[in-house]
Amino acid sequence: MHTRTFQIWRGDVHDGGLADYQVEVNEGEVVLDVIHRLQATQAPDLACRWNCKAGKCGSCSVEINGRPRLACMTRMSTFEPDATVTVTPLRSFPVIRDLVTDVSYNYTKARETPAFAPPPELAPGQYRMQQRDVQRSQEFRKCIECFLCQTVCHVVRDHDENKPAFAGPRLFIRAAELSMHPLDDRTDRAAHAAREQGIGYCNITKCCTEVCPEHIRITDNAIIPMKERVADRRYDPLVWLGRRILRRDQMVEQYVSSTAATPTGSGHWTPAPLAGAFEQALEVPPPQAAPVGPDGKLPLSETLLDRAGAASPFGDDVSFPVPAEDLRYVHPDSV
Amino acid sequence: MCAAVRTEADLSNRGEGMTTTGAVPAVAAKPRAAIGEKTLRRDRWWVAPALTVTGLVAWLAYGMVRVFSQANYYVAEHHYLTPFYSPCTSTGCLPEAAHFGRFTPDHPLVPYAALSLPFLLLFRLTCYYYRKAYYRSFWLSPPACAVPDRRPRYTGETRFPLVFQNLHRYAFYAAVLISLVNTYDAVIAFDGERGLGIGLGNLVLATNVVMLWIYTLSCHSCRHVFAGRLRTFSQHPVRYRWWLLVSKLNTRHMEWAWITLGTLALTDAYVMSVSAGWITDLRFVN
Repeated sequence: MHTRTFQIWRGDVHDGGLADYQVEVNEGEVVLDVIHRLQATQAPDLACRWNCKAGKCGSCSVEINGRPRLACMTRMSTFEPDATVTVTPLRSFPVIRDLVTDVSYNYTKARETPAFAPPPELAPGQYRMQQRDVQRSQEFRKCIECFLCQTVCHVVRDHDENKPAFAGPRLFIRAAELSMHPLDDRTDRAAHAAREQGIGYCNITKCCTEVCPEHIRITDNAIIPMKERVADRRYDPLVWLGRRILRRDQMVEQYVSSTAATPTGSGHWTPAPLAGAFEQALEVPPPQAAPVGPDGKLPLSETLLDRAGAASPFGDDVSFPVPAEDLRYVHPDSV
Repeated sequence: MCAAVRTEADLSNRGEGMTTTGAVPAVAAKPRAAIGEKTLRRDRWWVAPALTVTGLVAWLAYGMVRVFSQANYYVAEHHYLTPFYSPCTSTGCLPEAAHFGRFTPDHPLVPYAALSLPFLLLFRLTCYYYRKAYYRSFWLSPPACAVPDRRPRYTGETRFPLVFQNLHRYAFYAAVLISLVNTYDAVIAFDGERGLGIGLGNLVLATNVVMLWIYTLSCHSCRHVFAGRLRTFSQHPVRYRWWLLVSKLNTRHMEWAWITLGTLALTDAYVMSVSAGWITDLRFVN
């Protein structure tokens, strides 16, 4: 055990500054432990967001010695023995109080990103994808939404005026995830990334990749492939010519056709028949509309939703377990 | 504050009468935390950009001197041609060094390899790694992560001229052709005076060509045009395997970029030294 000097930004929207604390530090602790000790001993009103203490919830994002980090994943042993540790709130977002910032910019940008578009000819349960087709997207699903990449990106960090036009690295990996998804029905992901998300603002200086606690290769695997896809559509006349001459639709693969399934008059939706053992003329309930408000958007929080818990991705009228006779699944060994 | 609460409530259309969220902070009106220092980083963040500037400036200075010296670029005895002069197409080229004819003008300001050097420069200028390197170290935009870029405005690669960075793939196509030329140079250098000949110069040329191929094929545009643009790898197994290979190389694109700068300069320096008679080529066979 020894004593360490901590400088922590204290303040709110009106004013603030770095406050010095002498605090006890024990072997094996992380910065969040020390902040909790400060709350318990010297600064009970210190505001700090945290939850899992395991680097999986993305709540305790702060800037430690000027670098965006997760407080729960920053070991005290990584600092020089006598060095002062400075902890400040995320610089790119408006401060609420002390170490807590208002990260709603990221949620706004997330809601502006079109969701996964289900293929119209396949019903839930009929999706079949090979691992090699989804592995690229799976890397991006590791994102814990700590928004460290968003705060370190100089496009908005140093230029607040770019926020309306620029979505940020976290949303670029979302765009890449959907663009590379083998079943996503939209083919305008690249155009959206260029026009609505402002991917052209990114000058690939890779700070987002450097700070990602999940070690997602944001720049190499998401942003640059999306930039290349934008170049396919907007800047590459050879690709355009090749598609016209060779009829290479693969470049914008229409994996599914929007004419394969249509809603029936009964309100039930008849999917395209399945091949082989899966060929059953079952009717499945139509996908339910999301409980959006008049502005066409989901409520920001569950607490503002008119039902308990989040909306079910399977439709709110589906209860589990589903009756076995309604399942659209036949075990291959039993056929 | 109240107006902001109403706005948040209106957004969800369910906020009236809700008490669970308390006073929702006003989002738009709130400023950032008042932190006086531009950056609180205490590590030596300036080392990496400083090294990049030093390395690139030194290499460019050497390259400019060599390209415009227009001398000591070919070893006739062993058929060594430096990559800085390949393909040698100037009318001022030595006839035996001009494998593809001599037709570009002989002028002190026109490089002998006027057909390849501009495209190679373009390939490296628009390369995704070099872009990171010079945006950080020369443009200081930003100089390092969480260090401010100190520019009043920033539009990234959305405007002229930086929007042309999107044409990197064409520079890649050109670089593939030029790598083929370099490979040809390295192969015919094995043709000694008495049949097959192998010297240290051959190994230097061959190593340089291998490294150039690795750097060229590890390019992000290469990764995309060969298979990265596909949505379903399973329908294209050959392209998928190629993509896996390129992806492996691509993880070290920065290393390949610097290694090839080194091998290019070393190869040129070796050929220049042998050509000028400062050293003699170490021969292993013939």
